[in-house]
Amino acid sequence: MTHVSIKNLTKVYPGLTVPSLDNLSLEINSGSLTALLGPSGCGKTTTMKMIAGLLDQTSGDVTFDGTSILKEKPENRGVVMVFQNHLLFPYMNVQDNIGFGLKMRNVHKDEIFNRVIKMLDLVKLPNMENRMPKELSGGQQQRVALARALIVQPRVLLLDEPLSNLDAHLRFEMRDLIRNLQQSMGITTIFVTHDQEEAVVLADQVALILDGKLKQYAQPDVFYKKPIDVVTAKFFGGQNFIKGTSKNNNFSSNIGKLALPKDCLQGNGILTFRPENVQIGKGPKSVNTIKAKIIEKIFLGTQTRLKLSIKDEVIQAIANPNEVDEKETGIEIDINIPPSCLWVINN
Amino acid sequence: MLEKPTLLSNSFRFITIAMLITWLIMPLVPLAIWSFAKGWFFPLILPKYWSLNAWNYALSDTAGVLESLWLTIFISASATILSIMIGVPAGRALGMYKFKGKEYVELLILAPTIVPGIAVVLGIHSVFISIGLTNTIPGVILVHLIPTLPYMTLVMSGIFSNFDPDFESQARSLGASPLKTFYYITLPSILPGIIVGGLFAFLVSWSQYILTLMIGGGRVITLPLLLFSFATSGRNDITGAIGMIYILPGIIILILTARHLSGRSAVGGFGRI
Repeated sequence: MTHVSIKNLTKVYPGLTVPSLDNLSLEINSGSLTALLGPSGCGKTTTMKMIAGLLDQTSGDVTFDGTSILKEKPENRGVVMVFQNHLLFPYMNVQDNIGFGLKMRNVHKDEIFNRVIKMLDLVKLPNMENRMPKELSGGQQQRVALARALIVQPRVLLLDEPLSNLDAHLRFEMRDLIRNLQQSMGITTIFVTHDQEEAVVLADQVALILDGKLKQYAQPDVFYKKPIDVVTAKFFGGQNFIKGTSKNNNFSSNIGKLALPKDCLQGNGILTFRPENVQIGKGPKSVNTIKAKIIEKIFLGTQTRLKLSIKDEVIQAIANPNEVDEKETGIEIDINIPPSCLWVINN
Repeated sequence: MLEKPTLLSNSFRFITIAMLITWLIMPLVPLAIWSFAKGWFFPLILPKYWSLNAWNYALSDTAGVLESLWLTIFISASATILSIMIGVPAGRALGMYKFKGKEYVELLILAPTIVPGIAVVLGIHSVFISIGLTNTIPGVILVHLIPTLPYMTLVMSGIFSNFDPDFESQARSLGASPLKTFYYITLPSILPGIIVGGLFAFLVSWSQYILTLMIGGGRVITLPLLLFSFATSGRNDITGAIGMIYILPGIIILILTARHLSGRSAVGGFGRI
């Protein structure tokens, strides 16, 4: 169990003036699974390589349980990085690939074999020890790469886009496998992904990095309920942003006055709410019921997407198809946004 | 992947191989016949008498052929090992990294294959005189690096441009020291290139004449020098015997490494020559 602390970590590549990673600070709890989320080129993989010792930092520090590791050589850090494209050594069979780390630690041959066999069971690849990497499917290669990393029981495990090379059905399997193994072995794990869904489903904590800067570091649901800014909200699929003023737990704007939850920002701000939290024509009139006109209706199979106009503003809503079946484009309906689903972003 | 062999492609293949054999083997046939001939004059198609005289002489202690053979093997092997030691890191730098002035470095490395050897060696000769390397075996080995190094470096640069350095990072991350990473990960990947490049380096060194003559000053007598002196003295039979001995190592090396020559990435480096 290792607590990882990243302090003002910065990387400026030679020849560039803009840092690829700018003052990243994160506290990563022992045994947790943390996602570094962001579009490609945002500095995620750079961060991982610096933690793994495969890239020198420009400034900042990384500590494991309070001790800086940046002066240690990569092979002595107790960090194993699993690369995006598996990188199984092509000249070695599965057994030698998985046992590589133990061999480098001078573990006896017989013990390596026993531990490899156990590891193969854990990653659900029994009796595969003599296969060559090219004889394995993409999913199997990924699992061998994971086994090869886990067998040395690293203090910190780094996974670079662990699911991106896999087909949809394999992603679920791999996701569960990573989660189960990580939890049972209690290894502090950091993984990189560009897919916000992957981050939300897999991680305990998500760090959103955009253009080399940390935007928000929180539990997954916070990004939906309380995004720190418009860019963050948009990254997670947020679409409704209305300018106005927050005062005494009320938000006044073009669309009227809406009641806010208690801990909202005061003053000028931007009101945001998830399209899926807009309730259509529901039960008795309660707080935050407003009139809206349907201007577009798109049936998406399991849900229906609505574009609604409220005075000069246009908002997006997602509804259950049953609820809006008989409501035609052009008609006016009552919508309801519960106060707990509202959030005000600093302008 | 592979095309289905058709009658046309089969016969084309046959003709190609037949032509290759003709061009490679036919010139050697008279040489082989000469080494066993006693009196072979125009317009005879084959010698009048056969004899082992030339071979007896060539393999005797007095002729110095065997001594020269060992010396040539030693010089070529040394030049090859030095080429590998310099060419592998140089090829890595050229194949894997971007740096300022890379194209000039490439041109500089290629230059000896373009510039005539005699022009290069004249300048080096005066330098070697001043540091006492002329007329010595180390001097000859060093000067052989001029033509061998480009081949080695270019083959290795081709190999390294196809090598993903992340494999090394992965090995380091799994706990391998830099030395172990090279031994277990890098070396197996680049070995075909080292073998092919080494083979070429050996053969290029093996066939040096001018460079050996200038720097060796006639004191370091390698097989080509010996061969040339017999050829100019009109002893065609002995020339034939030494010629046969001279081509032997090349053929042996070629057979031993033929397997690696088929590796596309290994030969890829030659596309740049």
